[in-house]
Amino acid sequence: MTENVSLGMPQLPAPAYPADVHARLEADARAIVDRYPDSRSALLPMLHLVQSEEGHVTRTGMRFCAEVLGLTTAEVTAVATFYTMYRRKPSGDYQVGVCTNTLCAVMGGDAIFEELKQHLGVGNDETTDDGKITLEHIECNAACDFAPVVMVNWEFFDNQTPESAKKMVDDLRAGRTVEPTRGAPLCTFKETARILAGFPDERPGAVEATGGAGPASLVGLRLAKGEIPQHRIVHPRGEAASQEGE
Amino acid sequence: MTLAAEINNSSPEKLLAPVLSAFWDQPDSWTLETYEAHEGYRGLRKALAMSPDDLIAYVKESGLRGRGGAGFPTGMKWQFIPQGDGKPHYLVVNADESEPGTCKDIPLLFANPHSLIEGIVIACYAIRSHHAFIYLRGEVVPVLRRLHEAVREAYAAGYLGTNVLGSGLDLELTVHAGAGAYICGEETALLDSLEGRRGQPRLRPPFPAVAGLYACPTVVNNVESIASVPAILNKGKDWFTSMGTEKSPGFTLYSLSGHVASPGQYEAPLGITLRQLLDMSGGMRPGHRLKFWTPGGSSTPMFTDEHLDVPLDYEGVGAAGSMLGTKALQCFDETTCVVRAVTRWTEFYAHESCGKCTPCREGTYWLVQLLRDIEAGQGQMSDLDKLNDIADNINGKSFCALGDGAASPIFSSLKYFREEYEQHITGKGCPFDPAKSTAWADNHKEVTA
Repeated sequence: MTENVSLGMPQLPAPAYPADVHARLEADARAIVDRYPDSRSALLPMLHLVQSEEGHVTRTGMRFCAEVLGLTTAEVTAVATFYTMYRRKPSGDYQVGVCTNTLCAVMGGDAIFEELKQHLGVGNDETTDDGKITLEHIECNAACDFAPVVMVNWEFFDNQTPESAKKMVDDLRAGRTVEPTRGAPLCTFKETARILAGFPDERPGAVEATGGAGPASLVGLRLAKGEIPQHRIVHPRGEAASQEGE
Repeated sequence: MTLAAEINNSSPEKLLAPVLSAFWDQPDSWTLETYEAHEGYRGLRKALAMSPDDLIAYVKESGLRGRGGAGFPTGMKWQFIPQGDGKPHYLVVNADESEPGTCKDIPLLFANPHSLIEGIVIACYAIRSHHAFIYLRGEVVPVLRRLHEAVREAYAAGYLGTNVLGSGLDLELTVHAGAGAYICGEETALLDSLEGRRGQPRLRPPFPAVAGLYACPTVVNNVESIASVPAILNKGKDWFTSMGTEKSPGFTLYSLSGHVASPGQYEAPLGITLRQLLDMSGGMRPGHRLKFWTPGGSSTPMFTDEHLDVPLDYEGVGAAGSMLGTKALQCFDETTCVVRAVTRWTEFYAHESCGKCTPCREGTYWLVQLLRDIEAGQGQMSDLDKLNDIADNINGKSFCALGDGAASPIFSSLKYFREEYEQHITGKGCPFDPAKSTAWADNHKEVTA
């Protein structure tokens, strides 16, 4: 009875890359392998590399990783399917991820995700018809002091509202330049994957884009330097029971 | 005490202690030039003038404890590395910051990556390592860019590479981007992942200090722990121990988030209280009261407004029944449904459970089923004991702490808010309006009132 059950395994044998693509990727792969004492450590960055070629991890990409590293395709597939950043189907140029872990969800992430689904006419992990945007909900992205947070191609869009998020996806679909609150002007998902493979972003101004720390990162420092007027007289420990946390 | 003295003794200038964050407001704070202008790489020079063993002893005597959650003494971790064993030694920095609520290492690396790199060089000199790795979670490309650039600058300036500052130390540093798995923040899962495998925890012993990366002696330290080392060397261990408490000395980053007036990073001596942090920063958002909060991320049992005066150090939080964790102070006000919050965290743990251990893999799945029913008003009273029972069957019964973390919000929310669970069951639904919890809920109050 199990013959019709799809396990989502790649069909074998996987086709190879065209010779020129193979040669180019092989040079990149060698550079990655050289960073590590043991070649297998190159597997995660190499999966980012093949994702930068095709926008998702294909069976061809997995075969390539296996050949370069002397692994079986089964070993590579086992790793590629474990990690959520590796996509397993064709997706959009811009991955819009709405944080719906508890804090962002409560602060408005749930509302933003619902409105974006309606606005774009897609569900979770689905792509708009024009191939521009893949929408998904993501887990905590270490920016809770900027909640609610939306990540686009893993750049930070802090303190979002349903309105700001809808405008942002409209701009992306219209081909307008979109800049995050923290990070560099957006490049495509494939270009982002190449940075993740360990190849620095060569675009002028990309490293310094949006300046130093974000505003929330600085509130403690500004208070300590007396740059923010104190909100109230503080009470010594234990003497303000009637006013706590108001 | 006079009013003036009271203000003075409890003013932000007195209560906060920016060290790692001291120059985040400078233009180009992430560059080597800015870092060196703020005494950067001076601690390294002092460290290289010591013998490695003396250096380890010095860090141990400073009392620095791990900032990633467990609070293990950093110098002791270094001391566990066997010397003269003929094997390569490795330092792996855990920059896989993913614990819900935790947001300190990412802003630190974005604004001041060289503090980590300087700490790495010091640590590698101490443990006799010639190759270090930064395992950065993949989902933070702006930080990855700055780490790439900072490592390039450090090589060019002779802080990395062969014969660092003429000391004879050869050191390679590799920045490694992960691929989206919370479990890789667990140190042995991180090592498996760095070896190119599925990120699943290893059985211990052997501990990483004996058989870590490539089965070689390995130190795994959190970003903030390593980044704190240069200042200890530069300003001295006495300066460091003058802050905090006897058992929890030094400074640390507290991350305030949620329904507070001023969410953000607050660097302070260990032992500050949430009340002090809220008082200096404007409290909760106007017109609202604190309902529950986490001292160190979702895996640390939640607190309520009864715990505002708990000293936020390892001992103080532990004595109050939780853990200091990552000092991620997620604050929720009275508009927030605790069942909704716990359900969402539990969905997270179910999604992120690596599947290796049955209690965690199966238990988190069933917790989600029960919680979703309760939240939707379809639960039964017996489900509450069942939740406790399942959480008890996960807690302490798996390889790593992910399952323990999943049990924490269940136990603690049932302890403090059992009535709210019961309300969902007897009222056959959630009594809260999620719209009132959003960041923009109060924006148009005057207009709509």
